Amino acid sequence: MKDAKVIELEEVAIRFSGDSGDGMQLTGTLFSDASALFGNDISTFPDYPSEIRAPQGTVGGVSGFQVQFGGKQISTPGDYAHVLVAMNPAAVKANSKFMNPGGTIIYDVDSFTQKNLDKANFKTDDPFAECDLIDYTKVPVPITSLTRESLKDYGMDNKSILRSKNMFALGLVCWMFGRPLDYIEGYLKRKFAKKPLVVETNLKVLHDGFNYGMNMQHMTPQYIVHPAAIERGIYRNINGNNATAWGLLAAAEKAGLELFLGSYPITPATDVLTALAARKDLGVKTFQAEDEIAGICTAIGAAFAGDLAVTSTSGPGFALKSEALGLSVMAELPLVVVNVQRGGPSTGLPTKTEQSDLMQTIYGRNGESPIVVLAASTPSDCFYYAFLSAKIALERMVPVVLLTDGFLGNGSEPWRVPAMSELPSITPRIAKDKDSFQPYKRDEKTYAREWAIPGMEGFQHRVGGLEKSITGSVSHDPENHEKNTEYRAEKVERVVEMLPELEVCGGEEGDLLVVSWGGTYGHTLSAVREMRKEGKNVCLAHFNFIKPLPKNTKEVFSKFKKIVVCELNMGQFAGYLRDKVPGYTYHQVNKMKGLPFTVAELTQNFNQLLED
Amino acid sequence: MADINYTAKDFKSENEVRWCPGCGDYAIMNAVQRTMAEMNIPHEKFAVISGIGCSSRFPYYMSTFGFHTVHGRATAIASGVKTANPDLNVWVITGDGDAMAIGGNHFIHLVRRNIDVNLVLFNNKIYGLTKGQYSPTSDRGVVTKTSPFGTVEDPFVPGQLVVGASGNFFARAVDSNVKHTQHVLMQAAQHSGTSVVEVLQNCVIFNDGIHEEIADPKFRNERQLFLEHDQPMVFGNENEKGLVFDKGKLKVVTIGQDGYTLDDILVHDAKTADPTLHLALINMCLPEFPVAMGVIRSVEAPIYDQEVTKQIKTVQASRKITNVDELLRSGNTWEVNEESSSDPVPFFLKKCLLKQM
Repeated sequence: MKDAKVIELEEVAIRFSGDSGDGMQLTGTLFSDASALFGNDISTFPDYPSEIRAPQGTVGGVSGFQVQFGGKQISTPGDYAHVLVAMNPAAVKANSKFMNPGGTIIYDVDSFTQKNLDKANFKTDDPFAECDLIDYTKVPVPITSLTRESLKDYGMDNKSILRSKNMFALGLVCWMFGRPLDYIEGYLKRKFAKKPLVVETNLKVLHDGFNYGMNMQHMTPQYIVHPAAIERGIYRNINGNNATAWGLLAAAEKAGLELFLGSYPITPATDVLTALAARKDLGVKTFQAEDEIAGICTAIGAAFAGDLAVTSTSGPGFALKSEALGLSVMAELPLVVVNVQRGGPSTGLPTKTEQSDLMQTIYGRNGESPIVVLAASTPSDCFYYAFLSAKIALERMVPVVLLTDGFLGNGSEPWRVPAMSELPSITPRIAKDKDSFQPYKRDEKTYAREWAIPGMEGFQHRVGGLEKSITGSVSHDPENHEKNTEYRAEKVERVVEMLPELEVCGGEEGDLLVVSWGGTYGHTLSAVREMRKEGKNVCLAHFNFIKPLPKNTKEVFSKFKKIVVCELNMGQFAGYLRDKVPGYTYHQVNKMKGLPFTVAELTQNFNQLLED
Repeated sequence: MADINYTAKDFKSENEVRWCPGCGDYAIMNAVQRTMAEMNIPHEKFAVISGIGCSSRFPYYMSTFGFHTVHGRATAIASGVKTANPDLNVWVITGDGDAMAIGGNHFIHLVRRNIDVNLVLFNNKIYGLTKGQYSPTSDRGVVTKTSPFGTVEDPFVPGQLVVGASGNFFARAVDSNVKHTQHVLMQAAQHSGTSVVEVLQNCVIFNDGIHEEIADPKFRNERQLFLEHDQPMVFGNENEKGLVFDKGKLKVVTIGQDGYTLDDILVHDAKTADPTLHLALINMCLPEFPVAMGVIRSVEAPIYDQEVTKQIKTVQASRKITNVDELLRSGNTWEVNEESSSDPVPFFLKKCLLKQM
């Protein structure tokens, strides 16, 4: 038998794709976890339709999961896939644009029937030619019939058998990339502990898939990706929504407070609620409210009652919360709002990523209504920015919005878990002296008021949405309102003292400064790294602090010949910078496709700017 | 707990009360303050939460912890307060616009969850603070500024909503009858779970006399049926009238006439879970029936905030993870400790990797 073609790569992106009922998300997740355990750095990106089960076999119903892994630091899930696993013709069609030239396509040849070609709207019987995929390595595998053959002795019905198809594909891919199966085996045994038949049949199909790869070496290229050298420590895989939830748990523990989450399920933020609902062991109270408004209102009530209070949502839900968010501005209660952004406006693209809630977050309330706005930049650093959001809210008595997005929330990467002792302390501003307490008396330096919690004897007071005097009485005094409006704004500005300065990746000065914020970090960093390798003087300033902006922002900007702001919207941050840091020409790279940037399109834009 | 000797005065704040002279709110606040004084609960344990409307100014006039929130959301905010700290004694002050219109959704879900708060619904069938528009409890055909030709919609009956939302406590009182209101509020306060007390309140400016037909003290005994658990449903100046259940319906009879004796009169069972009769009592209206007052329904049921606490305790009794450090290291983790590995740097001290390039 001829030896398999062995391809050695620094990094590989692989995309699993099939009907949304084919189990592609699970397949992708298991493969990613197995890769991370093998020691590769990984970055993942699920890409699924908003319909749970769109019509079978159609392009609209295709669900994908991309993972990139490699021996160096992986910042993105990869622009284009080296390997596509396609369970049907629609998957080929949906993903043809996302393939690396010369990549490999493994497909279930059994599903390439006339009926399925029709469903995917192919005009000819050669889907690959139609999709311009002639020069790719195509590996037809009869996945359906081999799965059927594999399970023929178990007396199962056809539907149950077909449900295991994804395990065959997974086993095959594990062979291709030299992944041991033990992690996946362990997962299946735990997951279906009460269904031994499911465990047995899935393991059988998984191994048959693996062995098929080994036996058919002549047709399947094998890839070798070496483990990455990284910081020592305990690692785990984590997605952004889980990291956010756990960062909040860490903050509650540091602050010595109970954690309360009021929330209403919404894609792609629901997993924050799910993750915290599971943590009764740590005393979390999750309140699944009747609507988005009640989600934030219960949280505001919990903040009034002395909890670390949080509400989580996505764009449309954030819109519904805006009036109550204004109440928390006025009542000056600590509150964390997590907005996992998605494509908008309205229902928009619920399952796709976008950064188009920036303006809504900064300004979307009635009145002068300043709040602190932070943005996480990778799945795992959602943990730290959630923690920091809580610290700011509790120490400065101010609502804080943490912006993440669908790409971060659902994407995952390996993460060295910190020890709690690595995290800074949190000291809530709980009132101590009842004789001098006044509800709206402010700290001279930070302008934060004190937090007196119901149950504290001698601290009885009233707060509310009406403008107040220092004593908590309603006040319509014009001078008082103007003064308080300024205090509330200045209180937010002074949070800057808690924040690190803006860091420039690359060098202090140069020809082009790439500015990005939030979830685009992996892509802008990769693009800048690539260009610096080519000897170009391009640097990156990535923002995690939107309001207030880091103190040295202007100083950083002043050292570069050109500035380009990259974001997944029409230029909201660029507009904000024009207002807050005037005097510079802000070039823009924008994308509104519901997808992350690709490194290639960024470098192309940057090169153009350097040439102009 | 040591006896605490409060009087109603201990619950008044220093703020000047600014309701219109003659407003029914004064009497209701009096009744609430007297009730709180008698509850033998430390002052700082009370939290009064309100929405928006005339009645919602209430917290400012109380010396307890108070939160004047936004329109319609008092019920949701109070749900958060009580769930976060079940030790507090939480009161929601709301009106027919606040609770039945803009806050209708939160109202029914508060009732459904059975969170242990006391809700006082000031029902004057009008929007007072915005100066006289019809409300969701206004009668069909009523002429107001926003219905110059009369409304063409039927009102909510608050008690129906409570029963419809699987509520467990509903009572009714009239603002001017402070003693009875206080009696009802005390029962509401003692009930564990959501209690809804509808107080028929008179807006002296925009809807003066709206409840007069019911509330007029001269006809009080004729037109109001004061319900007490385990007592016969009798009314009238001489308690000569009563209710019987006849052919699936309530019927007013006179004791001593048509062969009816006191034994035939229905005995009020507020504690039965079956809402059939409670609903019939809620629906009674003049002139065919007297209007039911007092505690119509008071049923024991699982209480949300206590169940939340209980569930946490149960889970924690056998928990494997006791803190965040353990959580972070639970499940699928692996150790990296190669010769090529570097020492870990805490996140907030990390520098950009491109620095070295």
